[in-house]
Amino acid sequence: MNNLVNEINDKFKKQYSKINNRIVICGGTGCIAGGSMQVYKAFQEEYKKRGLDYCVEITDSCREKSTYISKSGCQGFCAQGPLVSVGDIFYTKVKPEDVEEIVERTVLKGEVVERLLYTNPVDGEHCKTLKDIPFYKKQHRILLADCGKINPEDINEYIGHGGYFGLKKALEVGPEAVIAEMKQSGLRGRGGGGFPVWLKWDLTRKPQSKEKYMICNGDEGDPGAYMDRSLLEGNPHSVVEGMIIAGFAIGASRGLFYIRAEYPLAIERVQKAIDACYKTGLLGKNIMGSGFDYDLEIRYGAGAFVCGEETALIASIEGNRGTPRPKPPFPATKGLWGKPTAINNVETLANVPYIMTKGGKWYSEMGSGKSTGTKVFAMTGKAKNTGLIEVPMGITIREVVYDIGGGPLKGDEVKAVQTGGPSGGVIDPKHFDMPITYESLQEIGSIMGSGGLIVMDETDCMVDIAKFYLEFCVDESCGKCAPCRIGGYQLLSILNKITNGTAKEGDLDKLEQISKAMQKASLCALGQTAPNPVLSTIKFFRDEYEAHIKEKRCPTGKCTQLVSYSIGGGCIGCGACKRACPVGAISGEPRSKHSIDPKKCIKCGQCFNVCKFNAVKKG
Amino acid sequence: MIKLKINGKPIEVKEGTTILEAAKKAKVKIPTLCKHEDLEASGGCGLCIVKVKGMPKMPRACTTEVTEGMEITTHDAELVNIRRTVLELIMSNHPKDCLVCARNQDCELQRLCAEFGIREDAFPSIVNRQPHKKDDSTGTITIDTSKCVLCGRCVQVCQKVQNVWALAFLKRGIKTELSPAGEINLQESPCVKCGQCSAHCPVGAIVEHDDTQKVWNALMDEKKYCVVQIAPAVRVAIGEAFGFPLGANLTGKLNAALYELGFKAVFDTNTSADVTIMEEASEFKHRLTHGGTLPLITSCCPAWVDYMEKYHGDIIDNFSSAKSPQEMMGALSKTYYAQKHNIDPKDIFMVSIMPCTAKKYEITRSDDMFSSGYQDIDVSITTRELARMLKQSGVNFKEIEERKGDDILADYSGAGTIFGATGGVMEAALRTAHYLITGKEAANLDFKEVRGLKGIKEAEIDVAGTKVKVAIAHGLANVGEVLAKIKKAKAEGKEPPYHFIEVMACEGGCVAGGGQPYGVTNELRKLRAKGLYDEDASMKVRCSHDNPAVQKIYKEFLGEPLGEKAHKLLHNHYKARASYKK
Repeated sequence: MNNLVNEINDKFKKQYSKINNRIVICGGTGCIAGGSMQVYKAFQEEYKKRGLDYCVEITDSCREKSTYISKSGCQGFCAQGPLVSVGDIFYTKVKPEDVEEIVERTVLKGEVVERLLYTNPVDGEHCKTLKDIPFYKKQHRILLADCGKINPEDINEYIGHGGYFGLKKALEVGPEAVIAEMKQSGLRGRGGGGFPVWLKWDLTRKPQSKEKYMICNGDEGDPGAYMDRSLLEGNPHSVVEGMIIAGFAIGASRGLFYIRAEYPLAIERVQKAIDACYKTGLLGKNIMGSGFDYDLEIRYGAGAFVCGEETALIASIEGNRGTPRPKPPFPATKGLWGKPTAINNVETLANVPYIMTKGGKWYSEMGSGKSTGTKVFAMTGKAKNTGLIEVPMGITIREVVYDIGGGPLKGDEVKAVQTGGPSGGVIDPKHFDMPITYESLQEIGSIMGSGGLIVMDETDCMVDIAKFYLEFCVDESCGKCAPCRIGGYQLLSILNKITNGTAKEGDLDKLEQISKAMQKASLCALGQTAPNPVLSTIKFFRDEYEAHIKEKRCPTGKCTQLVSYSIGGGCIGCGACKRACPVGAISGEPRSKHSIDPKKCIKCGQCFNVCKFNAVKKG
Repeated sequence: MIKLKINGKPIEVKEGTTILEAAKKAKVKIPTLCKHEDLEASGGCGLCIVKVKGMPKMPRACTTEVTEGMEITTHDAELVNIRRTVLELIMSNHPKDCLVCARNQDCELQRLCAEFGIREDAFPSIVNRQPHKKDDSTGTITIDTSKCVLCGRCVQVCQKVQNVWALAFLKRGIKTELSPAGEINLQESPCVKCGQCSAHCPVGAIVEHDDTQKVWNALMDEKKYCVVQIAPAVRVAIGEAFGFPLGANLTGKLNAALYELGFKAVFDTNTSADVTIMEEASEFKHRLTHGGTLPLITSCCPAWVDYMEKYHGDIIDNFSSAKSPQEMMGALSKTYYAQKHNIDPKDIFMVSIMPCTAKKYEITRSDDMFSSGYQDIDVSITTRELARMLKQSGVNFKEIEERKGDDILADYSGAGTIFGATGGVMEAALRTAHYLITGKEAANLDFKEVRGLKGIKEAEIDVAGTKVKVAIAHGLANVGEVLAKIKKAKAEGKEPPYHFIEVMACEGGCVAGGGQPYGVTNELRKLRAKGLYDEDASMKVRCSHDNPAVQKIYKEFLGEPLGEKAHKLLHNHYKARASYKK
C-alpha cells in the first residue's frame, strides 16, 4: 500500500492554507436553473474588475490571501436559490446584479447585506448563517454537508476533505473486515427496499465466479425526488469511492454506474470523477499499490422507472427490454450477464466512505432501532420550506414537516404526507408523531422508498392524489405481467370515474379487489406497490372517497367535474361573469341577478374567479 | 433429492425442480397461462402464484425452485379469488369473439375461464384501445394483436428457440404490443414462417393462414382433377383431433377420408421423400467422390431455406439443390402422373397436407416451383386445417375403414416415413448413400445415434472405410453452433468438420411443426416420432433405393438421379435475401 491519498491530502491542505476567503456558489440543478452560474461568472468578473486575487481551483498557482470562488453541489434549500455563501454568511436568491454589493460590503468590509439573508417566515427574523435557518437546524447533514461545500469537479479537494481515506482503510483491512464494518453500521439499502448492505455484499462475495459485477443504481425516478441526482452532481467522488469499496468487498473487478440519461450533469460529473480517479491511480490496475484491480464505467438508462428494479436494470444494461424477471435467482447469485452482481443505490454507496473512515459503530449510533444512520429526503409539495434534507432515522414526521418544512403553505394543519414515491402511501396526521423507520412506515401502509416526501395541505384532494400516483405507475408499467399492466389501468379507470362523478357504489370494493390482486400477483415491486397510494388514501380518507361516490362532491373542490357553480345573493348584475363564461352558460339582464345553466356549464371556474361580489358559489 | 410438502402431502423431487413441476408430480394442477413446457418461464400472467410457509409474498410456481422443507399451499379460497381477479383482468383486455375465433374450443384462456366459471365482465372491456390490427402479409400465419395476451411465448420461441427475431414486444405498459420490430408487417421482417409462434400461442392471436376454403372450392369445381399428398408427420398427429392414442399412425384412415372428401388420388409425400433421398444421396456421393463442396446440407425444410437465404447466404453452395418432398410430389403429379393417366396437367389441382406453415410459402418460393409448367402445388394446408375440414365433412374418421393410397405415387419405404422426425432425413440418406457408395446395403439400417431430441446430434458413420461425419440440428438456434464450426474451418483453411448436415427448423422436426395440433411437449414429440419409427421398423422395404415404386418412376420417367429430367423437375436454386425488406 502506498501513501497516495495522504500525499494529495497534505498537498491540498498546504495549497488551501494560502486561501484567505471562500465564496461558494451553489451548483445544484435547482440553483443552476435559477441562474447561479451567471452569479458565479459575475463574481469572477467583479474580482477581475477590482483587481482582486482569486482562484477557481485549488492549485499551486493560487496566490497568498486570495479568494477561492467555487461551485458546490446541491445545498438543499432549492426553493431559495441561487444560494451563495461568503465565509459563514449565507445569502439566498442571489442575482448577478447583487454581486457587486456583496463584494463591496461583505468581502471587503465584512458587513452583511441584510436584504439577501433568509427571513424566517414565522418570526420575521433574518438568518445570518446556515445554522440560524430553521430548515437546516434539525437536519443532520453528513452526505449533504460535503455535497454543499466541496467542488464536485476537483478530486484533490475531495481528498483534501478526507476523501478516499475510506477506500485506503478498506484496502488495508480486507473485504471481510469491510463487510463486518457494514454489518456493525446497520446500513440498509436507501433505494427503498431497506435490505442490509452487508448481507447483500456477503451473498455476492460468497459464490465462486471469475467475474463479478458491482452496479450503482442511479435510475432515480420517483416524481419530485432528486436525492441521488444531487449526490451524483454534488459529490460524485463519494459515490465513486463507495463503488470502489463495494467492488473490493464483493470481489468484483468491474463496476458500472447506471444513470438515467436525463441527468446529463450527473453523468458529466461522475465521468469526470472516474477520469480523475484513473489519472490519480485510484482506478485501474493495482489501486494504491494494494494489488486490487478495478474498472468503472457509466451506462445510460433511458429513463424507464421500472429500470430502477434490479432485474430490469440488469436487462437494460444487457441490451434487452427493460423488464423485470422473477426472483429468485437473486442478482447476488445470477446477475449481470449471469454473474454474481451486487446493486446498490447512489445514496447507500455515498454512505460507505463515511462508515469506513468513521466506523460502523459511529454510524449505528445514529437512527432508531434497525434503521440506522441518516436519510436524505426530497421534501416537496405544500410546505413553506422545501428542498433536499438529511435527517437522522427515527425523526418524527411532525419534526420534518413542521420544524424543517415550516408547516403547510395554506391553513394551520398539514393534511397528509406522502412518502416512498408512487409506490408509497399517504400518512395522515394521526401518525405524524411516529418515528420514521423502514418498519414503521411499512406498518402503516407506506414505505421509506428512495426518499420522496410530499407535503399536502387542505387544498389537496386525496382521491386526486391517489390518481396522480397511479397515473405515474400505469405509465411506467413495463407491460410484462398482466396484474400490473391491466390491473393498474382498470384501477385508474375507476379513480377517473370517482373524480368525474360517474362512479357507483361497489366501485370502492372493486378498487380493493384489484389492488389485492396486483399486490399479490404482480411480478415486481412496481406492480406490487402501485396500489399503495390508493389503499392508504382509502384507509385514512374513506369519507372523502364516499363523498365523491355517494354525494358526487369533492370536499376540496379539486375535482372540477364534481364542482357546481351557481349565482346566489350578492349578485348586482354587473355582467362580468357572463362576459367571462367561454360557453355562454350564464344569462341575466343587466342590473338584475344572473343565473348559470348547469347543462351548459363546463365547470371552468372563470365566473367564480371574476366575480367581485362573492356572488358565484362553488359547491 | 429435496423433501417438501404440497398441500400437506410429503413429496420428494430433484434439486432444481420448480414448484409447478413438483406440483405436477404430486398430481396437483396449478393454473397457468403464459408457461409452456418448451420455454423458460417468464412469470407474466400471475396465475400460478402459491403460498409458501414463511414467505411473505406469494411466489410464482413456474419460476420458483423448491427448497428443502418447503411447505406449499397451491389452492385455498384466497388464492382462487386472486387468480380469478387476475383472469378477469386478462379477460377485460381480450375480445370475447370466441365463436368466430380459430381457437374456439381449443383455447387455453377459454378453458381457464370455463374452469373458473367466469360468467360476466367484472371490469369494463378495454380491448378497443388497441387498433384492431391483423397481419396476414406472409400468407402463412396470421397475427391479430388485439387477441394477444402478451404471454411472450411467441417472442421467446422466435428469438431464443429459432434465433429469428422477427417478433418482439413494442411499447410499454397497457400499450405493449406484439409486432415485428419497427412496426413493419411480418412479410417485411426476417420471419421464416416456421409457425412455431402459432403452435405456442395459447389463444387465437397467431394462427395459421386458413386455406381450407380454397380446397373446398376446388373440390366443388367439376373441371378440376383434385389430388392430394400427405406429409409423413401429419399421419402421427391428426389422431389427436379425434381422440386417438398419441402418436397413432393413421395413414390408411387418412387415405380413406381424403378419398371420401372427393380427391381423385391420394399420394404420399413419403414416396416423394424416397425420391428426394435418391437425388440427395446421389448428390452426396458425387460431392464426396468428386471433391465437391462439403458439407452437404439438407434443404427439405422451407423455413430453414428461408433462414439460410436471409442469414447465411454465404453457404448456398453447401445446400443440396434437391427440392423438398412436397415440391417433388407436386412436380411428379403434374408430369408423370398426368402422362400416365392422360390428364391435362392444367386441370390437376394439387393439395398438400403438411405439418408446416412455411410449406404455404414454399409453393411459390421461386420460379423453380412451377417446373411442371404450372404451379406444382396449388394449395398447402396444415394438419390443423385438415382436422377442421374432416370435422366439417362428416367423415367418421374414428371408424372409417383404412384404404390404400394411389397406385403409383403412394408406396413408400421406411426411409420415407421417418422424414418427419429430426434425424430422419439423415438416416434415410445414410441408408441409400451407403448403398450408392459401396454398392452394398449397410449392415445395420438403424442409425440410432442420429435419432432423439438432443438439439445438436453428431455421429461418425463408417462407409467402406471412410468415416462420414454428420451433424443434425433442429430448432434454428441450434444451427448457429454447427454453422460456426463450418465457417471457422473454412476461414482457417481446414477440412470441414462434417460431411453431411441435416437441419429442420422446428424442435423435434416436422412432427412438432408449426402447423401441427396444439399442445406439443417433448413427451408428445417422442410419441409422434415413435409412430414413424415403429412403422419404419415394421416395414420390409426400409431404403429409398429399394422402393419398387421409386425404381419404377426412374425407369419409366425420370431416368437417372441427377439426370436432365430429374434436374429440371426435382432441383432448385437459392439466392441470398435481405432479412428486412423495404
